[in-house]
Amino acid sequence: MDSMFDLVPIWAGIIGFGIIMYVLMDGFDLGQGILFPFARNEEDRDTMMNSVAPVWDGNETWLVLGGAGLLAAFPLVYTVFLPALYLGVFVLLAGLIFRGVAFEFRFKARTSKYLWSWSFSVGSILATFAQGAVVGSYIQGFETENFRYVGGAFDWLTPFTVLTGLGMIAGYALLGSTWLILKTEGKLQAWAYRITPKLLAMVVAVFIAISIWTPLMDPMVKARWFDQFSLIWLLPVGALLSMVVLVRALIKRQEGLPFVATMGIFVFTYLGLAASKLPYIVPPSYTLWDAASAGESQLFLLIGLLFVIPFVLMYTAWTYWVFRGKVKAGMGYH
Amino acid sequence: MELDPLFLSRLQFAFVVSFHAIFPVFTIGLASYIAVLEGFAFKTNHPTWTILSRFWTRVFAVVFGMGVVSGIVMAFQFGTNWSNFSYTSANFLGPILSYEVVTAFFLEAAFLGVLLFGRGKVPPGIFLLSAILVAVGTFISSFWILSANSWMQTPAGVEMRGELLYVTSWSEAIFNASLPYRFVHMALASFLTGGFVVAGVSAWYLLLGREVKANRAALSMTLWLLLFIAPMQAWVGDLHGLNTLEHQPAKVSAMEGNWETKSNVPLLLFAWPDQEAQTNHFVLGIPGMASWILTHDVNGVVPGLDQVAREDQPPVWLVFWSFRIMVGLGLLMIAAAIAGLILRRNGAVYTKRWYLRSLTFMSLTPFVAVLAGWFTTEIGRGPWLIYGIMRFEEGLTPSLQGWMALTTLIGYVVVYAMIFTGGLYYLMRILRDGMEHPPASEQEEAPEHRAKRPLSAVDVPFEEGAR
Ligand code: HDD
Ligand code: HEM
Ligand code: HEM
Repeated sequence: MDSMFDLVPIWAGIIGFGIIMYVLMDGFDLGQGILFPFARNEEDRDTMMNSVAPVWDGNETWLVLGGAGLLAAFPLVYTVFLPALYLGVFVLLAGLIFRGVAFEFRFKARTSKYLWSWSFSVGSILATFAQGAVVGSYIQGFETENFRYVGGAFDWLTPFTVLTGLGMIAGYALLGSTWLILKTEGKLQAWAYRITPKLLAMVVAVFIAISIWTPLMDPMVKARWFDQFSLIWLLPVGALLSMVVLVRALIKRQEGLPFVATMGIFVFTYLGLAASKLPYIVPPSYTLWDAASAGESQLFLLIGLLFVIPFVLMYTAWTYWVFRGKVKAGMGYH
Repeated sequence: MELDPLFLSRLQFAFVVSFHAIFPVFTIGLASYIAVLEGFAFKTNHPTWTILSRFWTRVFAVVFGMGVVSGIVMAFQFGTNWSNFSYTSANFLGPILSYEVVTAFFLEAAFLGVLLFGRGKVPPGIFLLSAILVAVGTFISSFWILSANSWMQTPAGVEMRGELLYVTSWSEAIFNASLPYRFVHMALASFLTGGFVVAGVSAWYLLLGREVKANRAALSMTLWLLLFIAPMQAWVGDLHGLNTLEHQPAKVSAMEGNWETKSNVPLLLFAWPDQEAQTNHFVLGIPGMASWILTHDVNGVVPGLDQVAREDQPPVWLVFWSFRIMVGLGLLMIAAAIAGLILRRNGAVYTKRWYLRSLTFMSLTPFVAVLAGWFTTEIGRGPWLIYGIMRFEEGLTPSLQGWMALTTLIGYVVVYAMIFTGGLYYLMRILRDGMEHPPASEQEEAPEHRAKRPLSAVDVPFEEGAR
């Protein structure tokens, strides 16, 4: 690190922001695919898909930014995670491909429509599971030697990562159903109100299981949380409060708050995870500083980002504004 | 049989990147075309332009969708199969690829949403702006990705310290020696692709007598464009070759099938390069022509493959033939454009069936030429991953086993075959539906949108609509 000052914390913040942006934004549209098989009828499926059609591409771009940003700022993460999760990454990408093309093809299909509904749904579920498994693998840690992954092909697939994968599916489904409460009306919205509590119950169950399992598995995490009382306990409290807010909003039949509260659950859980593991970014061996790229590379990109990201956020917000309001049945776009 | 992860990874990379590449070349050209159509529509308010634009936007949506999903795969290939390469070059490639995402991909994605779904939801001026920004985004994107690729061909501005490359000069690294040529050559290739596809489809509709007015307009417009850019491409390609001669002479030797350093080198029209014997069989050539093209002197001395150790030579026959396919098709394109100019007198371009039929066939040639061009460039770089710095085998992921690479290779082939079939099928459907009858879903939305259109487009300046 020979730059004038240490950019690593700033970059950790930027990448962290990019990841949570991705999780929240692609989460609600992947959630539509997870909920697809359970929807009441074809018309509802059309509306669900229409509610995310204009924005999904932009949402997925945050994933690409996550990949490229890691390569730029913390290359070690990129070059250990991807080989370690080799087969999982393939599942993730295949899933994203099938659901991505389903957006274009399903609207144009007549007799083969059900095929693309399946493609959308199975693709979304696989991609979500793989993302959950990535989180699980991060908590588990990686076998490395001399800055290279040396573990096996299936180290990423353990009971623990299966649990985090399933938890992610429940979580994205919850984001998806609260998004529907916000964006739809009538019978579809009523259905979304009905399934949301069930999804929340699943999320809570996984949340508790992971919270017990992780400290048992990793002494460092245990020490962090239990050796002395610290402020990080505010994070799970925040997550629990968000859940309470969500339940109350559902009872009062509020439309916007459930979605916001669900995002709150995700943000607090995410920060809690970061608080458990950081500064280890390729656990158990390497910290953020071990994984960082050259200072001048971090600086070169940072300068550009400071100019560009505000514009990106502005026009992204603008497109959401253009497509604001309720999505109605039969409002076919294509 | 021993499964070689290196060979399988190369095969996989070649497959996924070739698959990806055919979509961007088309969407880059088509995006500009749609922006131009929207511009005409905005200025003249003539329905012909809107009909054309709506139609091509529907095609665009399908192709772009496939470009995006196959591109996402590319972003992760570097890490999964080439992690040592990524680790070594991250200080340069990381920022470059990130700049591509933040300056291009977000722009394309956001305004694509508006272009596809926003007709009638935003004022016409903003709609036009969205079409333009999507087109601009595709060029920004090609700039960065071609900078990355050109840097792998002609690396500059970096220094190896230990295992890692460090950037010593960003401007030298980004604007490396082959970037200008590659960027212009690729931009022209995209216009040629967009142009020949639009010309081919319009010709096909004219053969069937459908939407004659709009298709005549489209055909005339694109033939003018092709008349200028097809010859320009040959000229830029020649400059590109001279640049390569300076920086990667081995590649040019392979392109020319020239084994011996000598003067008065013939331009080979046909030959069968034999790497074992380091010579050619069945040679047919024009004497002195290669010397003349490369040195502007029939007696000029041209370096041959004898300058390069055997293990540093690329597979010659692949480079040799890919190059010939590209150039051959380039010449065919020039011929097609000139024929169009000649037939223009007395309007025969619109009616001569043989010409319209050959244009329909020509719409496939740019895709072949583009792939052949990339094969020349990439295979000719071998055995180097980063020219002169890192070889293929050094870049491979160490933990990658043969069966893993084989699994994902088969996986990608299967997945891509499925979506490619689907995509082709829907494109054919769009073509059969034609421009006259917008699909059912669009008819449904039409009344609501049409009610807004005349108001916002004709009577009211667009600031009014922008409230
Ligand atoms: C000269 C053009 C060109 C070339 C050589 C490449 N691409 Fe590409 N790429 C584009 C031009 C493009 C584009 C026109 O900008 C696309 C096509 C469809 C789209 O959405 O943008 C795109 C899409 C696209 C996407 C999806 C972006 C999104 O989510 O919107 C990714 C991640 C990549 N590309 C990455 C790559 C990588 C890693 C490449 C190299 C190996 C590559 N592309 C070669
Ligand atoms: C989009 C059009 C492109 C096409 C069609 C293409 C095609 C190919 C082909 C056919 C190979 C195989 C060479 C061999 O195995 O001998 C190859 C290799 C390679 N190319 Fe490209 N390429 C393209 C763009 C790029 C870009 C933009 C980059 C980098 C940013 C790149 C990076 C590589 C790498 C890392 C290899 C080595 C791996 C391998 O041998 O397969 N390519 N490419
Ligand atoms: C007609 C005469 C043409 C000539 C003399 C020519 C010349 C060249 C040369 C020398 C290269 C290799 C550059 C390198 O060293 O890496 C190249 C690459 C390429 N060509 Fe052509 N070309 C011609 C036509 C075309 C046409 C018609 C297309 C497509 C429509 C095309 C598309 C490409 C592409 C995509 C590449 C790879 C990217 C690059 O390196 O620029 N070329 N061309």
